[in-house]
Amino acid sequence: MTEAAALAVRLGDVRKSYRRGHQVVPVLAGISLDIAAGDFLALMGPSGSGKSTLLNLIAGIDRADSGELWVAGTELGSLNDAELADWRARTIGFIFQFYNLMPVLDARENVALPLLLTGLSGRERRERAEFALTMVGLADRMDHTPGELSGGQQQRVAIARALVSDPVLIVADEPTGDLDRDSAGEVLALLQRLNREMGKTIVMVTHDQRAAAAAHAIIHLEKGVLSLSGERSGP
Amino acid sequence: MLASVLRLILLNAWRHRLRSVLTVLGMVVAILAFGLLGTVVDAWYAGADAASAKRLVTRSSISLVFPLPQTYKERIRAVDGVRALSWASWFGGIYKEPKNFFPQFAVDGESYFRLYPEFVLDEAQLQGFLRDRRGCVVGRKLAETYGFRVGDTLTLKGTIYPGNWDFVVRGIYDGARKGTDRSQMFFHWTYLDETIKKRMPGRGNNVGVFVVEVSSADRVAEVSRAIDGEFANSRAETLTETEKAFQLGFVAMTEAIVVAIRIVSYLVIFIILAVMANTMAMTVRERTAEYATLKALGFRPSFVGVLILGESLTLSLGGGAIGIVLTFPVAHAFSVQMGTLFPVFNVSEQTVLLQLACACAVGVVAALLPMRRVARLAIVDGLRAVA
Repeated sequence: MTEAAALAVRLGDVRKSYRRGHQVVPVLAGISLDIAAGDFLALMGPSGSGKSTLLNLIAGIDRADSGELWVAGTELGSLNDAELADWRARTIGFIFQFYNLMPVLDARENVALPLLLTGLSGRERRERAEFALTMVGLADRMDHTPGELSGGQQQRVAIARALVSDPVLIVADEPTGDLDRDSAGEVLALLQRLNREMGKTIVMVTHDQRAAAAAHAIIHLEKGVLSLSGERSGP
Repeated sequence: MLASVLRLILLNAWRHRLRSVLTVLGMVVAILAFGLLGTVVDAWYAGADAASAKRLVTRSSISLVFPLPQTYKERIRAVDGVRALSWASWFGGIYKEPKNFFPQFAVDGESYFRLYPEFVLDEAQLQGFLRDRRGCVVGRKLAETYGFRVGDTLTLKGTIYPGNWDFVVRGIYDGARKGTDRSQMFFHWTYLDETIKKRMPGRGNNVGVFVVEVSSADRVAEVSRAIDGEFANSRAETLTETEKAFQLGFVAMTEAIVVAIRIVSYLVIFIILAVMANTMAMTVRERTAEYATLKALGFRPSFVGVLILGESLTLSLGGGAIGIVLTFPVAHAFSVQMGTLFPVFNVSEQTVLLQLACACAVGVVAALLPMRRVARLAIVDGLRAVA
């Protein structure tokens, strides 16, 4: 347990299957994996390989059928739904492919949203959100709603939202999947910066080789099994 | 945090403007219709509501259409517990045209106005009325409807008592309370009686009802029994009941209409509930991914439920509030249009509270299923709704 607690993520023989009608479809077939704190890992694989499922399990938004799953020192299987929600709020920063911002809120309010779950005052929430937006280079777009921002800018707002509550782990599901080449480059550079300068552990699912190249390590998933892993020395 | 949540609720409610405006408009119409129909029902019961607990009405036990001998008055007055007595006869005349309906009573002027302090009449006008055999007193609403002024002459065509009957308006009474009927006309029973005796000998010395004031409200049952006992086995037996029961007897004759109005008013609410529930179901279906995102970020299902409930209540209470405010001028316009058909047509406090309760109930019930759906929504399934 001490060893598990020292790692950002430890998966031990994790299995997950889905039910489609009367058929049980195995997605993850006994995955074991350690991710060190401060690592930047890319999960790759063909569609249906289970990479998003694995990311969801690590992020605590889905539950494994069996196996051990430690994230940031907590065994997720031991938490009930309410505890898991609180844990996510404290521990995980989410970046989604389609940004998942609240369209009625401006960039500042979107970034400050996770802080509603903290005891911070309105002024503190505002200051933190503005700081996070400045970090991602959107100091001049704070009052803009998502509809008034480009895809790349929206994803940067989402990154600011992911880091505003200072999470241990950032999970990113195809963060560049909906962006053009230049915007994707900016987002990847930002993620590398968060990893390098702020020491954030990042687990990213991607189809894009170029995006994967930004990570320290690349793990391939094939039919629910870790089939190949490649390691880079870092950017 | 509360301010941020309220802001998010309001922004969400205003997100699909056309849909929100149409839903609010539907609520306005439904709550307005509910209020008006409720006021119509209240108007039906206005006479019973305005009744005094200390007044009894004695009538023929066979039917109200059969008169009682006026000579009963001394025997009734002698019953223990009777403090005051008066009498009245329904006249049923037509003013110009049958559609100009208003109640007309031949009364013993002096005792009748003492028994009904809620009919507020200027002392000089009362004295003028008492002095003039052909004098009459009309209610303020009646005077305003037909433009009657003190000194005017009006002619009624008798239906129960044939012929043309001329009266001089000697007074206009107001109501001591909001619910007082101000659409009635009173004239001298002696004028009616003397004229009948001349025109139709043998039909005189009769009254429609006796109105009795009891010394204490606790004694109404005892005094009622005593009065009816006094005339048991006589040629004209009596039935004495409280003024409220007497008035409710009239309502009972048309109870089916009242029930129908009540059913329609709640049907209107049920229809708007269906509209509102559909609006909220569409809204939540469209925002599945947003709610899943909130849950992923760590917000509990209860928080998301509050957002949905808040939005539903914003629409329902917004429309409800406008509907309630509009009920007053619309009810007034309706009352003016109806003339003296509804003598008392006031939007009661109870009606407003019911309107508010209905608006709340619609908001809450419309949100229940969407809240349940989102609470049960698996985050991963909800997030997939984006892709």
